[in-house]
Amino acid sequence: MNDIETQNIELQLLLQAIYLKYGYDFRNYSKASLKRRINHRLLKEGLESLSAMQHKLLYDVHFFDRLLLDMSINVTEMFRDPSFYLALRKYVIPKLKQHSFLKIWHAGCSSGEEAYSMAIILKEEGLYDNTQIYATDMNEVILKQAKEGIFKINKLKQYTANYQKSGGLESFSNYYVAHYDHVVMDKSLKKNILFSDHNLAIDGVFGEMNLILCRNVLIYFNSELQNRVLKLFFDSLGKDSFLCLGSKESIYFSKTSDAFKEVVKEERIYRKLY
Amino acid sequence: MKNEINLFEAVVIGSSAGGIHALSSVLAALPSEFPLPIIIVQHLHPHSDSYLAHILSTKCELKVKQADEKETITNAVYIAPPNYHLLIEEDRSLSLSIDKHVNFARPSVDVLFESAIYAYQDKLIAIILTGANNDGSQGVKNIKENGGYVIVQEPTTAEADAMPKAAIAATKVDKILPLEQIGPYLLAMVNHSRRVHRFL
Ligand SMILES: C[S@@+](CC[C@H](N)C(=O)[O-])C[C@H]1O[C@@H](n2cnc3c(N)ncnc32)[C@H](O)[C@@H]1O
Repeated sequence: MNDIETQNIELQLLLQAIYLKYGYDFRNYSKASLKRRINHRLLKEGLESLSAMQHKLLYDVHFFDRLLLDMSINVTEMFRDPSFYLALRKYVIPKLKQHSFLKIWHAGCSSGEEAYSMAIILKEEGLYDNTQIYATDMNEVILKQAKEGIFKINKLKQYTANYQKSGGLESFSNYYVAHYDHVVMDKSLKKNILFSDHNLAIDGVFGEMNLILCRNVLIYFNSELQNRVLKLFFDSLGKDSFLCLGSKESIYFSKTSDAFKEVVKEERIYRKLY
Repeated sequence: MKNEINLFEAVVIGSSAGGIHALSSVLAALPSEFPLPIIIVQHLHPHSDSYLAHILSTKCELKVKQADEKETITNAVYIAPPNYHLLIEEDRSLSLSIDKHVNFARPSVDVLFESAIYAYQDKLIAIILTGANNDGSQGVKNIKENGGYVIVQEPTTAEADAMPKAAIAATKVDKILPLEQIGPYLLAMVNHSRRVHRFL
């Protein structure tokens, strides 16, 4: 057995330890990028091996908090992929207007930019007051930031450009106030957003949705976990409801793919058939 | 000696400034029945779409495509999509990530190369072509430590020499070649390793 195989055993044991001690299940995440992030933490903490890391995380909760932040990639943006939001406005919003009440789920919402973007669109389209948005993530630290709705001002230029390219009808500056080096999102945007803790690898259905967005989360999962999550979405959507994935994610490798039809292929917008 | 009887199983390539021309030159030298997958990170503008795969497929006989998430690797040329890291899983499928930039780059050559080691170990050939930064140098160092084979473009033949120079400085690379010899050398080396293996 060579070093790489031995390290794989250590990795499996480490993930098992995290699961048993803290309840986070990373065992079915794509290994290649997970390893990179764990090795990064290993170097940063000056630890000798994954076994040493396992020992540390079992006894040191603060260490685990740091590791958890590494392991949940929270990179996100307002109106990320403007062409997606443009397609959403054009093909999905008109269909949603046929309902008197809407439920929308952002699964893996990170620090909330995606949910705030949605809130802005819904306001502009006159749908916001009749909508409940559920924004969930497994990472409680990041959810706290999401609830605050305060973002670094250095991102503002890009967010404004994204908003404009995504078909925004107003001036983006209507939706925030600048405060030193931060921008605070308009309170009224979060009135109908419920931020809460939900782990896609463990937790189940919590309501019937008209639209689910799960963008740039499935790429971190192996096929088995992707299948589990897509089944969970299938079970959480009513007939004719919409599912939106990230621009490199698709339902085609999954067992539930027959149940969906493409609405806008390049933007990964799907609709549940039955 | 060990490397010469190694039955190689994959080629990974990293390139940056000037890379489109350099990649075209390397791939054009390979026949359609080239027996190994080739997985490429070329630094690109984040919104550049899939045009690189289109260009390269017009320049060579190989099947060239942009890498898809969870795709199983076959004998084709795979290009990292702009703005995503491309990684190889141990089951020899491809995966993408939007983790932070590495060496100011996403996709990053180091990310691809380091993941390739876990999947292919010493059965790996890595090539560093032209580029104006040092992405890939950590990757080639690790590939050498794990018994893989490293070819670097002769810096004087590179449009930007920083990337090949950094790779050469990082480790004892196996071969430094002018651009036009890289493709033919790769082909000869792979064919040779397969012939030898039939006798073992
Ligand atoms: C890259 S972010 C995507 C954010 C946003 N959807 C976007 O596209 O910009 C991935 C998020 O998925 C979350 N995540 C990862 N695994 C998860 C799981 N098992 N359950 C719920 N959320 C998860 C991470 O905490 C992180 O916030």
